[in-house]
Amino acid sequence: MPQEYRQILKYADEPGYTPDIECYLRHGGYDILRKALAIPPRNLADGRIVTGPDHLRQEVMTSGLRGRGGAGFSCGLKWSFVDRKSGKPIYLICNADESEPGTFKDKQIIYKDPHQLIEGMAIACYANDVHLAYIYIRGEFAEGAKILNRALKEARARDFLGENILGSDYDLEIHVHRGAGAYICGEETGLIESLEGKRAYPRIKPPYFPAVLGNNTGTRIVSISGHVRKPGYYEVEVGKATLGELINDPAFGGGLREGRKLKAIIPGGSSAKVFKAGEKFKIKRRGPDGKDAEQEIELLNLPYDFDSLIAAGSMSGSGGIIVLDDSTDIVEALANISEFYAHESCGQCTPCREGSLWMSKALQRLTHGEGREADADYLMKIADNIPGGRTVCAFGEACSWPVQSFVAKFKDEFVARGAADEENRTRRNAGPTAVGKLPASS
Amino acid sequence: MSDAPLDHGIPNPLREQPDFAIPAPLEAEINELITHYPQKRSASLMLLHAMQEHFGHVSRQAVEWIAAKLELQPINVYELVTFYPMFHLKPVGKHHLKVCRTLSCALGGSHKLHEHFCRKLGLDPHAHGAQTTKDGQFTVEFVECLASCGTAPVMMCNDTFHEGVSEKKADEILKQCQQQPSP
Ligand SMILES: Cc1cc2nc3c(=O)[nH]c(=O)nc-3n(C[C@H](O)[C@H](O)[C@H](O)COP(=O)(O)O)c2cc1C
Ligand code: SF4
Ligand code: FES
Repeated sequence: MPQEYRQILKYADEPGYTPDIECYLRHGGYDILRKALAIPPRNLADGRIVTGPDHLRQEVMTSGLRGRGGAGFSCGLKWSFVDRKSGKPIYLICNADESEPGTFKDKQIIYKDPHQLIEGMAIACYANDVHLAYIYIRGEFAEGAKILNRALKEARARDFLGENILGSDYDLEIHVHRGAGAYICGEETGLIESLEGKRAYPRIKPPYFPAVLGNNTGTRIVSISGHVRKPGYYEVEVGKATLGELINDPAFGGGLREGRKLKAIIPGGSSAKVFKAGEKFKIKRRGPDGKDAEQEIELLNLPYDFDSLIAAGSMSGSGGIIVLDDSTDIVEALANISEFYAHESCGQCTPCREGSLWMSKALQRLTHGEGREADADYLMKIADNIPGGRTVCAFGEACSWPVQSFVAKFKDEFVARGAADEENRTRRNAGPTAVGKLPASS
Repeated sequence: MSDAPLDHGIPNPLREQPDFAIPAPLEAEINELITHYPQKRSASLMLLHAMQEHFGHVSRQAVEWIAAKLELQPINVYELVTFYPMFHLKPVGKHHLKVCRTLSCALGGSHKLHEHFCRKLGLDPHAHGAQTTKDGQFTVEFVECLASCGTAPVMMCNDTFHEGVSEKKADEILKQCQQQPSP
């Protein structure tokens, strides 16, 4: 039976563990930075030199480390895109905007173990010839920003930041930059605009094709919320636990409440496509003979890793699992999610700005007795016309996926709600002015 | 101190703050913040935070002061205040209660919690947007996911998080606020 495997949060919740540098140093803190800075250059046979930073970048590339921000993109590959020849300064930004609904993992690190974040950043900065870095933290984490600033001050005083760190000739400064309540600042290009003192309007960027790496490495902090007995954050080895184990095992979510049945799972933050209880998927998996074979896997047996969830038509995204039991009004749930996206669209692209609002309005009327039978199709039509290269950033996908998946998988509930509303209206307004059935919207 | 229209007839949402003055420690903090960035403009958000923390809201004078300080046009700063939900164009209550309305908290009872606060404070539970009590002590507002969904329902009172907020806990929070001496 899988258990929690704590690497990042190894000490964070231990009694007596505090966010100050003394405590961090007592637990081996900054040893890895010290080691990284001491890696000597190596001479290759052909005369080239592999510097310490070169070596670190190669290690990250071969480790298979993947980003935890949503896409699970290869970290080494991302670093390899940096133009090191232009002579322009290279900056590193830590995305601590943590705003995807259902996700509360970064907060644990920031509030409880800030030096671990700072040490990790310092190593990444050294590996990438960065001398100035920022932590972009969501505005609501005002206390978190204070904790980080205190930690940065302590690190400077101990020579882990600033000029000539630990006598290595390497200089690095890290500053905290606070957002101010806008979800779109979590999108990396929106974040950069925001850091530059502008509205967080995302920029067009070249499409990155996720490399098929096949391997997952390290641990992942999964946030579980909604209808489970033990909501919370759980650190697990990537791919070692199934979705069902994460929800039902006593070591994790602890199962549903007494007498309740599973209705749906949002597996990776609110923008991930919803799974319906009882779904089965055909997924290619490598068998013990080393050959790929298509297997039928039930929802709860899906390994919780980047690739399996994508193969099942959703994603592990931000690692935020939201569990919905059979007491959930599925129309209300989607209305709630869509209100979030309508509020948070930055407004640059018409399909996203208008579409997210229209979807939210249609869902509001469905949850306020003003629905129509045709609203399910209407919602689907809008959702189908937002994503797919029509918008500047992936928010277009993020706001459409919940609508597309909820309406497709629970269509009967949406249709029934709208039909009931129409019937009620007809009965109420019986007479020549009856609102009656509206024509299917176009 | 009102929404007096500008020359072109559009109401000016920025409030006047005739007694606007930046004390020396705040100016020192601001000067330090500006050094954190290769370009001054990048300091805009941090300066707005500093202003709002000091004055409670962002006034016309504050916008113009920041613009002058960062060598920008006032519109460059004003457009931030209207884009980022955390900045206030007018004073809010001394105790700002922000209740999360997003999915996990809604499943955990945040609508009831919001209603509870509204009823206790004589505000309209169905009104849209932030509401402030007449005595200026409390503002109640629904906000989006506060990244603490595992302990729903979640809220903030000013900068402090409160998690797993039952009605009993909500009453304790109100009581604590009311007992705080006025500055
Ligand atoms: C609309 C939108 C919101 C996002 N919000 C966040 C966020 O709150 N936190 C985060 O780490 N990444 C967020 N991302 C992903 C970032 O753009 C980026 O991919 C990520 O920070 C990379 O981190 P990684 O290298 O750890 O994968 C968001 C992306 C989009 C499209
Ligand atoms: S897709 Fe939406 S959030 Fe992204 S840039 Fe366009 S309008 Fe803004
Ligand atoms: S949904 Fe309320 S904190 Fe995330």
